Amino acid sequence: MFRYILQKFSFTLLVLAGAATCAFLLLHAIPGDPAQALAGPQATLEDVQSLRRSLGLDRPLPEQYARYMASLLRGDLGRSYRNGKPVASLIAKAWPATAKLALTSMLVAVVLGVPMGIFAAVRRGGPGDTAAMIVSFIGVSMPSFWLALLLIIQFSVVLKWFPFYGMKGASSYVLPSLTLGLGVAANIARLTRASMLEILDQDYVRTARGKGLSRPCVIWVHALRNAAVPVVTIIGLQFGILLGGQVVTETVFSWPGIGRMIVNALIARDLQIVQGGILVLALSFALVNLLTDLIYGLIDPRIRC
Amino acid sequence: MDTLKRAFRSPSFVVGFAILAVLVLLALLGPFFAQSPYAQDTSIKLMKPCAAHWLGTDEFGRDVLSRLIYGARYSLSAGFVAVSLGLLGGLVLGAVSGYYGGILDRLITTVCDVLLAFPSVLTAMGIVMVMAPGIYTPMIAVSFSSIPIFARLVRAQVLSLKNAAFIDAVRLAGASDARIVLRHLLPNSLGPIVVQATLRIGSSILLASTLSFLGLGAQPPTPEWGAMLSAARSYIWTAPTLAVFPGLAITITVIAVNLLGDALRDLLDPRTRRG
Repeated sequence: MFRYILQKFSFTLLVLAGAATCAFLLLHAIPGDPAQALAGPQATLEDVQSLRRSLGLDRPLPEQYARYMASLLRGDLGRSYRNGKPVASLIAKAWPATAKLALTSMLVAVVLGVPMGIFAAVRRGGPGDTAAMIVSFIGVSMPSFWLALLLIIQFSVVLKWFPFYGMKGASSYVLPSLTLGLGVAANIARLTRASMLEILDQDYVRTARGKGLSRPCVIWVHALRNAAVPVVTIIGLQFGILLGGQVVTETVFSWPGIGRMIVNALIARDLQIVQGGILVLALSFALVNLLTDLIYGLIDPRIRC
Repeated sequence: MDTLKRAFRSPSFVVGFAILAVLVLLALLGPFFAQSPYAQDTSIKLMKPCAAHWLGTDEFGRDVLSRLIYGARYSLSAGFVAVSLGLLGGLVLGAVSGYYGGILDRLITTVCDVLLAFPSVLTAMGIVMVMAPGIYTPMIAVSFSSIPIFARLVRAQVLSLKNAAFIDAVRLAGASDARIVLRHLLPNSLGPIVVQATLRIGSSILLASTLSFLGLGAQPPTPEWGAMLSAARSYIWTAPTLAVFPGLAITITVIAVNLLGDALRDLLDPRTRRG
């Protein structure tokens, strides 16, 4: 198990180093001078040169890279080109909103997706299975921003039940969580169904049936317990889709999280914020993946070998 | 030919193919019957669907149906071009990695694993960071996020075939590495690659329209479906139907491509082939 944990942990470090390197290279591939952008249009040539020296931008690229990695390790993500504020503090301010929305959305996705997948697998080939799979097929093919707009039209414009922008009270979570959660639920349902079908075809399930156990007992006690292993992985992997969707959903609902911050910064070309935001989302994703791998290893001994 | 005949016996393939064929025809023949997507008439702005304008008009009085028809070109080509570029990059990297092995293989595999560990929208946004927003930006950004997927698939295919007896025979006959890869390894690996490419078109269309919706891709007045939805957000209280049709167009297109992909997977992937 120790070797398995070490292996997964090393890969997570590699992914993070890769993300940081990509972000560094991308920022240096952008045409234009970061010092000029940071100093603003009113700055004199001397101001820009002095800023360039103080930021170390006049040093050779490998040295800049080493300094950049060292500052990342200290939690320094640089300063915003627009307002000069530290990016790390801006991200720390936006992070709770992103995390809360991710949790409520995952709750919606799991509560809807897992039972739907099990229902479809148990009624394999029947009208219930077909209906569940058609719904989930449409769910994975639908752009999340369109779903968001449809929900706003129905529940904010027509029914006036929920607010459609900002994070004000529990009701403001409903529409963004549904937008993010429904798309992920569709994926979870499809994958849970596939995993459950595989389990239902196993010999031990057939044996349980052969012993005369009731259908609910076979499904809930024997099949579901074993199907839970891949379902945990599926849920963990869906977190990536959730993070991707978060960027869009936060923008549509003016949710004060990291996703909206990245999009606004991209439009305003405040690239230091974009870089920091993408790195933090990549870090979150890598950590969730690591956690998923560790849980998977814990509950399925075959994975550790 | 046999595979194509079997494909047309699959209802998913027929429905997906029919929808996609109609969309491609509309995109190609649109200029012959649709109005100009840029023709403005503010006296008829934000009209509801009627006989003269089947899907209504937008905030500048432009015909929504005509804009959707012209928009099919952008959205379809975004999906197809992004997948083609991603496939090209993946073919080169995957073939080199799988065929030559060694340190090059380890390097390419590690980079691909790292890139695959990110949500594709983040990879695409990283690329957008370097480029200015425009029609081609989403295509290039989306293609980058597809490269590691194809590279890994092609590498696996090449690895499974490169020690086969027929490849040894070709090598002994004096064929060059390039000839072995291009004439023998890749053609024999096409099945899974075609399936993955088809399935990837749907997600590429979604990702490209997402970037345009966020204002990072096609810019107004380009009639790209994601950009049209983005503009419709401002009129959600006065003309909510404006936000319905472009989203429906994206969803129908992605459903069609996914139906085709699923049907091809059932036909070409031996693990999912029935009977």
